[in-house]
Amino acid sequence: MSNQIPGGVLHAKTHEWARVREGVAAIGISDHAQHELTDVVFVELPAVGRVLQAGAACAVVESVKTASDVYSPVSGEVTAVNQNLTQHPELVNTDPYGEGWFFEVKLSRPAELNGLLKPADYAREIGGQL
Amino acid sequence: MLNRTPLFATHQKLGARLIDFGGWEMPVQYSGIVDEHKAVRTAAGLFDISHMGEIVVRGSAAPDFLNWVLTNDIHKLQNRQGQYTLMCNERGGAIDDLYVYQVEAEEFLLIVNASRISIDAAWLNQQLAAFPRRAAVDLKNLSADFGAMALQGPKAAQFIDTCFPSGTEPALAGTLRKNDMARREYQGRFIFISRTGYTGEDGFEIVAPAEITPAIWNRVMEIGAPFGLKPAGLGARDTLRTEVCYPLYGHELDENTTPIEAGLSMFVALGKGEFMGRPVLAEQKARGTTKKLVAFKSAEKTAPPRPQYPIWSAGPERRQIGHVTSGTQSPSLGIGIGMGYVPPEMSAVNSAIAIEIRGKHAPATISPKPLYRKG
Repeated sequence: MSNQIPGGVLHAKTHEWARVREGVAAIGISDHAQHELTDVVFVELPAVGRVLQAGAACAVVESVKTASDVYSPVSGEVTAVNQNLTQHPELVNTDPYGEGWFFEVKLSRPAELNGLLKPADYAREIGGQL
Repeated sequence: MLNRTPLFATHQKLGARLIDFGGWEMPVQYSGIVDEHKAVRTAAGLFDISHMGEIVVRGSAAPDFLNWVLTNDIHKLQNRQGQYTLMCNERGGAIDDLYVYQVEAEEFLLIVNASRISIDAAWLNQQLAAFPRRAAVDLKNLSADFGAMALQGPKAAQFIDTCFPSGTEPALAGTLRKNDMARREYQGRFIFISRTGYTGEDGFEIVAPAEITPAIWNRVMEIGAPFGLKPAGLGARDTLRTEVCYPLYGHELDENTTPIEAGLSMFVALGKGEFMGRPVLAEQKARGTTKKLVAFKSAEKTAPPRPQYPIWSAGPERRQIGHVTSGTQSPSLGIGIGMGYVPPEMSAVNSAIAIEIRGKHAPATISPKPLYRKG
């Protein structure tokens, strides 16, 4: 099964993605990550207004069998969270890069983006090819 | 080095996600836990349960020996009938929960939990050595010789008989009553089909010699596919049995927990005479217990309750009153559910409790069992 890795999206080694538009990054988890987790039944999101540090645990995604920490790939203030995930956690599985987004962060240190993986590098990281 | 069932190659071919389950390399899922769970509730699922144990007890004193070591009354059984029962120690603590089938008047088949096979065999042999009429009892642990699978779901009865040549007593497995068993021949060997299961759905468990287990699995999958039959793993097995509040040994039952505490008095025949653990169980039945198993539902959308999470009382003066023994997100109900032990005085249905999930108290309500009911 091939992992879907869209262009224009940066990844952390811990399988979170960031899509940046005008200084705000939308954050979610990769197709590879949702496949490993299997059926997502609950997502615990950070509160709007919380200040995140890159690399720190900031959310939890739970499948039937396990709970996994989600690490923010970037630093900044949480400006929005995906309320849909409360009623429809399965969106993380069905549309991990679209409707399954977790939260948005106003970047406080945009230079951090240089430390994230471009699509081809993430593909290599998870052992596949783009 | 993990144990593998006769169906290991089958699971690999099906692309199963395999995990270490108590020393066995078993499929936790194939298409997905929720998908498999829903297949069992609406059509049918097929589970590999070959890791479970089979112990055969024969002889003229076999019924009396089994009535000594097991809590339910073996004399309730006719030929080719089974019953759920427990095996307890001197303190009334559960050594295992199991099914016992009377194959013939002097031949019994015990189906035991995979994690307890060695312990059960050792305990039974120890009890047998002290049993006065031990010369009239023969006990064999045949677990390594057998494979088994569970076909579960509302459509299972529609195709079970197409899978196997018809036989006798009864002619059609689809007419078996709950807990009854039929013998069949398959590829020249004897197999057992019993109308039982661990999911809350109608279904059958098939016990067969290990060598023909893969052929039987393939046969059932082939015949069942047009009915919506899917392979199902241990993940779905756990969500299904939790929804109907069936105990899992090691969670709701252990050597320090009695069947009375676990709400299984129905399977403890205090009136049958003396048996191992009876004094403690009779005392608990008469005087009450210090812990009681309850089922609960989350009151709002929260992270799933999980085993060992603390249970707290609700209200202004909270204290920890127990712990979760089984918990999950219920695929059928769409909310968190579980079971756990609390003091009997706090166990009333509709009581508000809280489950501590990652430091937060998630409100829940003690609910009647089963948590999920059809229709």
